[in-house]
Amino acid sequence: MKKDLLSIDDLTRDEIYLILDTTEAMREIGQRPIKKVPTLRGKTIVNLFYEPSTRTRTSFEIAEKRLSADTLNIAVATSSVQKGETLADTALNIEAMAPDMIVMRHASSGAGHLLSRICRSRIINAGDGMHEHPTQALLDAFTIREHKQRIEGLKVTIVGDLLHSRVLRSNVKLLTKLGAEVWVSGPPTLVPPGIERFGVRVSPRVDEAVAGADVIMMLRIQQERMHGAFIPSLREYFHTFGMTRARVALARPDVIIMHPGPMNRGVEIASDVADGPYSVILEQVANGVSVRMAVLYLLAGGVDVD
Amino acid sequence: MPVVMDADRMGRSLARIAHEILERNRAVEELALVGIRTRGVPLARRIAQSIREINRHEIPTGALDITLYRDDLMRTAVGAQPVIRRTEIPFSIDNRRILLVDDVLYTGRTIRAALDALIEFGRPKAIQLVVLVDRGHRELPIKADYVGKNLPTSPSQSVQVHLTEIDGRDEVEILES
Repeated sequence: MKKDLLSIDDLTRDEIYLILDTTEAMREIGQRPIKKVPTLRGKTIVNLFYEPSTRTRTSFEIAEKRLSADTLNIAVATSSVQKGETLADTALNIEAMAPDMIVMRHASSGAGHLLSRICRSRIINAGDGMHEHPTQALLDAFTIREHKQRIEGLKVTIVGDLLHSRVLRSNVKLLTKLGAEVWVSGPPTLVPPGIERFGVRVSPRVDEAVAGADVIMMLRIQQERMHGAFIPSLREYFHTFGMTRARVALARPDVIIMHPGPMNRGVEIASDVADGPYSVILEQVANGVSVRMAVLYLLAGGVDVD
Repeated sequence: MPVVMDADRMGRSLARIAHEILERNRAVEELALVGIRTRGVPLARRIAQSIREINRHEIPTGALDITLYRDDLMRTAVGAQPVIRRTEIPFSIDNRRILLVDDVLYTGRTIRAALDALIEFGRPKAIQLVVLVDRGHRELPIKADYVGKNLPTSPSQSVQVHLTEIDGRDEVEILES
């Protein structure tokens, strides 16, 4: 493994499979009466979150505690960032207290790379702007593999706000690396130009993209990142791209429906689909803890010599 | 590369250990076997099989991965972390007599880690240690209760156990390094 996990590009195919296999072993710890192992005893991990997050931050924190690391959360709303400190200065100050790892979420793409250049601590990207969210893609891959026993050759359809989605970029990189056939669909205003170069099929017609899919992954409409009129109205969006039972029926009978959360019910996904029999949305959340334990464990080791 | 135990000797040793276990533990229903990954697991299954042949009693058998409890994790700046495999103990260890099974007893550090790992699953009535080979050179105060073969070695040698389930043959050999 490299020093940091900033992007799926940092991982080889073999490393991805190693993470997924390690996740399998980590999951068993969560089923024990004492859900804790001493592995990261004495390691300090700082969770530095510049954007609101419940799921990801909680998930990392539980994973860190199950591995016995000392954890510390910095919520930016109560920190000196409010007094005008730059990201680099905040990072150097945290670094001066010698943590072993920093888990960071930031609204700017590439914020993790900046930290990586100035910090000796290992950096895990927990979402940087519209760029990447590697641990989300890893937990999605783990969930898919658990249901389908493989990833290679599956048709995975990703629908929604593709433009603003870091989950999309990490998933496309990971799934194509492992040989899945990835389709994406969304309103033309929310499809990043040139996305075909990542090796995905693009269709503006969601019914075509969903036909025969093994996996449907819905993405949230990120209104907080939209500065302009990307879609006519939420109602019209639901009508044209929302995942309804009728659309699910076009996919394979054993399709699974995924969503990285938080969901906008009635916008990108109908409530009866989100809560329906094909939905694995809460399994994704449960698997998130095990995947993060695997990543923390594997990154805590020595750096590869190359 | 001298072979110090062949398939026949290994079979006899394990059968003898099965008899010794029954001799020392009257309450068979309290017993459970836990093999340490990797090679302790097939050994534990074979001992369970031997006991079944002797008295038709089914001893619950589990597998323990001790990697996360090792005392040498993260002590080097270079190289990948050891691979973790699954721990599977599908029964409660509370109030049971646990037979912990490993292939080679050497420094005792693996057993120390295994004891720590096991205790987190509950409070067994007792833990007894079964090893196929005891090669000496202990670094911790740990002693086996059942030994297939005591093998005097020098620290520069390595003892390799091969099992049919994993390596395609039953054999113990000493390698000079």
